[in-house]
Amino acid sequence: MRTFAKGLTGLLGFFLLWEIAVQAGVLPDYWVPPASEVATTFVTLLGQQEFLLAVIATLLAWLISLGVAIAVGVPAGLLLGSVPALQSASRALIEFLRPIPAVALVPLVMVTIGSGPDAKITLAVYAAVWPILFNTIYAFGEIDPVLLDSARASGANRRQSLTWVALPHAAPFIFTGVRVAASIALIAVISVEYIAASEIGLGRYILEGGMNNGHLDQVMAGTVLAGLAGWAINSALVGSGRKLFRWADTEERAAR
Amino acid sequence: MSTMLEVSGLTHQYGRGERAHVAVRDLTFTVESGQLACIVGPSGCGKSTLLRCISGLIPATGGSVRLHGDEVSGVPDDLAVVFQDYSRSLFPWLTVAKNVEFPLRWQKVSKADRKRRAEEVLESVGLSGVGKKYPWQLSGGMQQRVSIARALVSRPALLLMDEPFASVDAQTRGELEDLTRRVQRDLGSTILLVTHDIDESVYLADRVLVLSKSPAAIVADLDIDLPDDRDQITTRESEQFVSLRGEVARLLQSPQVQRTGEADTTDAASESESEASDAGATADEAGDAAGARADTGPHAATEADSDGPTGTDGTAEASDETATARS
Repeated sequence: MRTFAKGLTGLLGFFLLWEIAVQAGVLPDYWVPPASEVATTFVTLLGQQEFLLAVIATLLAWLISLGVAIAVGVPAGLLLGSVPALQSASRALIEFLRPIPAVALVPLVMVTIGSGPDAKITLAVYAAVWPILFNTIYAFGEIDPVLLDSARASGANRRQSLTWVALPHAAPFIFTGVRVAASIALIAVISVEYIAASEIGLGRYILEGGMNNGHLDQVMAGTVLAGLAGWAINSALVGSGRKLFRWADTEERAAR
Repeated sequence: MSTMLEVSGLTHQYGRGERAHVAVRDLTFTVESGQLACIVGPSGCGKSTLLRCISGLIPATGGSVRLHGDEVSGVPDDLAVVFQDYSRSLFPWLTVAKNVEFPLRWQKVSKADRKRRAEEVLESVGLSGVGKKYPWQLSGGMQQRVSIARALVSRPALLLMDEPFASVDAQTRGELEDLTRRVQRDLGSTILLVTHDIDESVYLADRVLVLSKSPAAIVADLDIDLPDDRDQITTRESEQFVSLRGEVARLLQSPQVQRTGEADTTDAASESESEASDAGATADEAGDAAGARADTGPHAATEADSDGPTGTDGTAEASDETATARS
């Protein structure tokens, strides 16, 4: 809770600095509206059904993308991590696909899938699957042979060692991958909504705000909401990760 | 007494062709039921490879291992292993009790029985009441006790221990040695323990097998006729212990051990004198040092054909030893 409070101080400080910078004229207010104005807009927007629907659409797309990315990334990582031949065969392909930014694929996806929710989900899954896949593969590479020997010497067969030893051992690494993927998926969903001009969503809302006679307070309020959502998601995941994988934390501390 | 373990012609080599490294060559020995046998050998002589072959963790490239008459292929159900590195062999995400129960998961044992047996065996290693803790919340010595409990929970016919006390402090080491002897007597277990520590092998064992440098071959097979009740202080002071320790140390210093061993005679002392100069080992004095390597300064300088000046005590010998061990 204390770290949460500390994190909050930094955030509030940033808003304060922003307010002062605009009020003092360091940043022109036709360029960036002051934090107080954005805050007012933000609160009013929270009462608007249209805005709330946009936020829900975005968060839902994000949640589905993350779920699909986990459902694809973890099993694929397990497979590649435990079969070295497959891993070396797929390395070049993965390294070719991975650096391609999701937004670069927008035109392709718009042609093939359109610009509906499935388009943004597809692209967000594409962007988010990599950290999960990589962390899962490497978690398997990192596993201590002594741990596997102990399992085998205790009578566990290969499949049992995989489920009861390799998988729990990999879990904290995979979880870190999921945490990174969560932020990436959110960025991807909002970017695609913006660039592909989806019918609904936070990205679409920000786009409209910018085009409608420069409603910059709306643009900023949408942006702030995206930031807050990302921050909340990350904090929640960090917190639950600490609770779930207390043993991994301690192990690292002991190793240092 | 029946034969529990029968190792015959065991050979293991890593790699093939010219780059092949023979870690274990043509080893033959047996361990009787209820015996505590120690295998002692210089570092890097292939002791761990030997243990991994016996446990079925790796298939040997030649020879056979039989556990109470059955050929070993894969890890047998009634065999357990305690590894040196407890921090790497216990599962950190499981509580102590769950760690100990782990081998029972794959057997037809009810949940309640598993729990009860884990509690019992934890108590027998002096760890009652820590079942709900995690291994990393315990001290090193306690963690190794958990490993021992985990190995004993399935009541194995044979318990293999790979340098089990090498990572704990001296005090704890003594306690764990006594624990091992007590458990072995109470449960009537057969234990094969591998160590590089001469004192430990003599203190623990009913029998000591001395291995040569890689490829490992048996140089001597000594019966340790110390009384069954042993004590860290008085036993180690006894004349019998000191002379046995000296004997093992002398064997380990002998050229047969220092060279790659083909010879299987145990009469090391007479042979070693004549070969001392070319083997680079100090033969006659080393035994007195018991812990090996001490007080050999002047001898090492004259007898070993060192390339440079020999600075501190035993440098020539020590470096010679490491060089051979790594080759």
